[in-house]
Amino acid sequence: MRFDWIDTLPFWPDQISDHAATVDTIMVAFSFVMVLFVAPIFVLMAFFAFKYRRGSKADRMGRPRSLPWLEATWALVPLVVMMVFFYQAARAYFDMHDEMENALRIEVIGKQWMWKTQHPNGKRQINQLNVPVGVPVVLNMISQDVIHSMYLPALRIKQDVLPHRYTKLRFVATETGTFHLTCAEYCGTLHSRMGGSLVVMEREAYDAWVEEAPDAVAPVERGRRLFTEAGCRGCHAEDAPVEAPLLDGLYGSAVPLAGGGSVEADDNYLRTAILRPNAHVVAGFDPIMPSFRQQLDEAQILDLIAYIQALPTGGREQGEGR
Amino acid sequence: MNAIYTRDAPDYIRAAYSLRSWLFSTDHKRIGVLYLISITVFFFLGALAAGLIRLELFTAEADLVTPDVYNRAFSLHGVLMVWFFLIPSIPAVFGNFLIPTMIGANDLAFPRLNLASWWVFMGGGLLTFIALLLGGVDTGWTFYTPYSSMFSNSYVALTILGVFIAGFSTIFTGLNIIVTVHKLRAPGMTWMRLPLFVWSHYATSIVMILATPVLAMTLLLVTAERVLGIGVFDPALGGDPLLFQHLFWFYSHPAVYIMILPSMGVMSEVITAFAHKRVFGYAYVAFSSIAIAAIGFLVWGHHMFVAGQSVYASMMFSAMSFLVAVPSAIKVYNWTATLYKGQVTIGVPLLYAMAFIGLFVVGGLTGLFLATLALDVHVHDTYFVVAHFHYIMVGASVMAYMAALHFWWPKITGRMYPEVLGRWSAVIAFLGFNVTFFPQFLAGYIGQPRRYQTYWPELETLNQISTLGVALLAVGYIMPFFYFVRSLWRGPRAPANPWDAFGLEWMIPSPPPTEPFKDTPHVTWEAYDYPRPEDQGARDGR
Ligand code: HEC
Ligand SMILES: [Cu+2]
Ligand SMILES: [Cu+2]
Repeated sequence: MRFDWIDTLPFWPDQISDHAATVDTIMVAFSFVMVLFVAPIFVLMAFFAFKYRRGSKADRMGRPRSLPWLEATWALVPLVVMMVFFYQAARAYFDMHDEMENALRIEVIGKQWMWKTQHPNGKRQINQLNVPVGVPVVLNMISQDVIHSMYLPALRIKQDVLPHRYTKLRFVATETGTFHLTCAEYCGTLHSRMGGSLVVMEREAYDAWVEEAPDAVAPVERGRRLFTEAGCRGCHAEDAPVEAPLLDGLYGSAVPLAGGGSVEADDNYLRTAILRPNAHVVAGFDPIMPSFRQQLDEAQILDLIAYIQALPTGGREQGEGR
Repeated sequence: MNAIYTRDAPDYIRAAYSLRSWLFSTDHKRIGVLYLISITVFFFLGALAAGLIRLELFTAEADLVTPDVYNRAFSLHGVLMVWFFLIPSIPAVFGNFLIPTMIGANDLAFPRLNLASWWVFMGGGLLTFIALLLGGVDTGWTFYTPYSSMFSNSYVALTILGVFIAGFSTIFTGLNIIVTVHKLRAPGMTWMRLPLFVWSHYATSIVMILATPVLAMTLLLVTAERVLGIGVFDPALGGDPLLFQHLFWFYSHPAVYIMILPSMGVMSEVITAFAHKRVFGYAYVAFSSIAIAAIGFLVWGHHMFVAGQSVYASMMFSAMSFLVAVPSAIKVYNWTATLYKGQVTIGVPLLYAMAFIGLFVVGGLTGLFLATLALDVHVHDTYFVVAHFHYIMVGASVMAYMAALHFWWPKITGRMYPEVLGRWSAVIAFLGFNVTFFPQFLAGYIGQPRRYQTYWPELETLNQISTLGVALLAVGYIMPFFYFVRSLWRGPRAPANPWDAFGLEWMIPSPPPTEPFKDTPHVTWEAYDYPRPEDQGARDGR
């Protein structure tokens, strides 16, 4: 069930996705139910205070000391009703974390005090995020310094952006227009200036806009060059002089680890593999890979990951991530 | 009821006059008064910072102070109000003053530890104040890493040290209350005869001694990272920033109950006294305090739904947060039922108590909105949260503190305050509070993030209403300050039991002698043993 009239209320913020509509419905229905639980308290308090004011003639015989059935009722009835909301909201929360098919992936780097975004063809923006309407979008986000939080109020979503770890934010916008984009986690002096706009465009308009980027180089392409220049290829190639795993089909597969067990090769795994190679060592190999923490910046790491992601599967079994 | 435990000894105020006799007194009543004075100072300092914040937010643009000053103002406001006002407020002032008397003892179990707690508290306060004079801290009261540990250019370590030290005073107080309640109850004062004020303080004290050490360790680790570069929280040093949030909220969510449970104890006392009737469902109200303290330790992750924790963890924390609301609801419903068939007088304390219930209910229920996963994702870190916790911590806790102050002022000082002014101040504070904070729910739902010096133009009206509300609220707080001080000289002398209330503290003179009980009382009555209409007969309408 969804209340479609909500966003016509005065003052109500823009509501531009199905998820936002669900959130608003939960909000309004929950408020309504709460009033039902609270009104008796206020009404009865006023009524009792008046009726039983000192000296009034009201009958006071047979005061109950406590009534277990009454205690049970007012403890459990609200709880059971609220479980409905708990469930609905949990479902919406799980949905927004679900992976989406064929999502448009946009890279986001947060730093004190700006947002940098990058589209699949390498087109970059600052403090602005353009997306096509009706297309699933996944933001892959990381911070270069402190914790920030990507907040898109019109979509009713936010996600903290952490240093050294990718977090994701997924949405499908259903209306075009320009909306707020802002940082919700306090990040220092100009925290309140760390914002800009979310621009939702018609699909064709987005395609045309994103194409018009004369000197953008696709991250996959930059990653390919970097893979050679940084020396990765010196080890990670069939004809390399050292024993290092081939990266074909790695992304999204399950990697067996030297200590036993295995781990899914997602973005965070690749990032760790490059910056702290000894955190998980691949089974059957020696931990000889050096850390690249000093050499690479966040954008370059994203390029390398994009490149590894784009490698042919090489017959490897793919998990969900792909 | 008459004062049945009269003594010829001078009261605790006139027992000695030197400054030394106050600063080094081990009398729980004097220490309570010392706390009262100190936290009043901290309260007004913190309120000044709040005033500055709201003034800056009167317009959407930054036109009053620089961003750095703004950030320091809200950080100072949070640090002072949480650790130097709210946490000590009711337990260290009224708990200190009343718990021994309420259970028939002449002092707390460890009087010198009690004195130490005040000194330690002032030491922590002084360090924090020095940090403020040097230039302040800009991390917010939450000290989130890695901002606090590696990036902030402010007096983080000094402030943390101040809070760390003040934390010991909380632990001392908690320890003292627990031991006192276990060991010093007068004969006949069984657990199920304890005033609910004592029950709620007992629950609070458990939280104090279990949670505060976690805060202390966490703050030490932040300092170690900041000063020595030991990597704990900063991922660049191999740490984990979410670890800080887990530890911090493992303390800070229970700390919310340190701030609210004592208020609930005050409510039970005030409502029964002014309904002139035993509390409805004594056992339920008593054990709900314990339930809140226990479940309160299992919900901290509701502060981290968007922090990047696992969705399953979030789900569990959400469910537990719904559960922790149940005992609070039980209390509110029982208080309402207490008025049923009572003999209600609307005194100033009851007005404050009703204001408490109104604001606490709104604050508590909006807390449930925040426990609701998908809703929280939207309103987390917005003014919705700000409004929610001010409804709890200012709306409820400060209202309860004011209720307590009016209720026990005659007992503490031996003087009455002016009733009419008292009523006005209660009503003004209630209105001012709502005008200030209700618009913030709306601003938050529209998406105004907290800790923002500037905001979108469409939010200006709501923010201006909020700022105007502060003026009203300020009147509501400043009025009592003046009439209380004035009452010390001009107020009529208070009788031992001005409210016709039931309880050991009302059976001793006002103000009480240093050691009110010459012989330990033998308790033969249950708590709130008000006359029942059946026993009185319908003769005088009772
Ligand atoms: C000195 C040789 C060497 C160099 C240079 C090197 N690696 Fe590695 N790399 C290895 C070895 C050996 C392993 C397997 C052991 C381990 O996990 O540490 C490995 C593992 C990895 C893995 C995990 C593979 C899997 O199957 O899970 C990734 C991803 C990776 N390297 C990426 C890179 C990238 C990107 C670069 C360049 C920036 C690079 N490596 C440079 C030797 C190297
Ligand atoms: Cu930010
Ligand atoms: Cu909490």
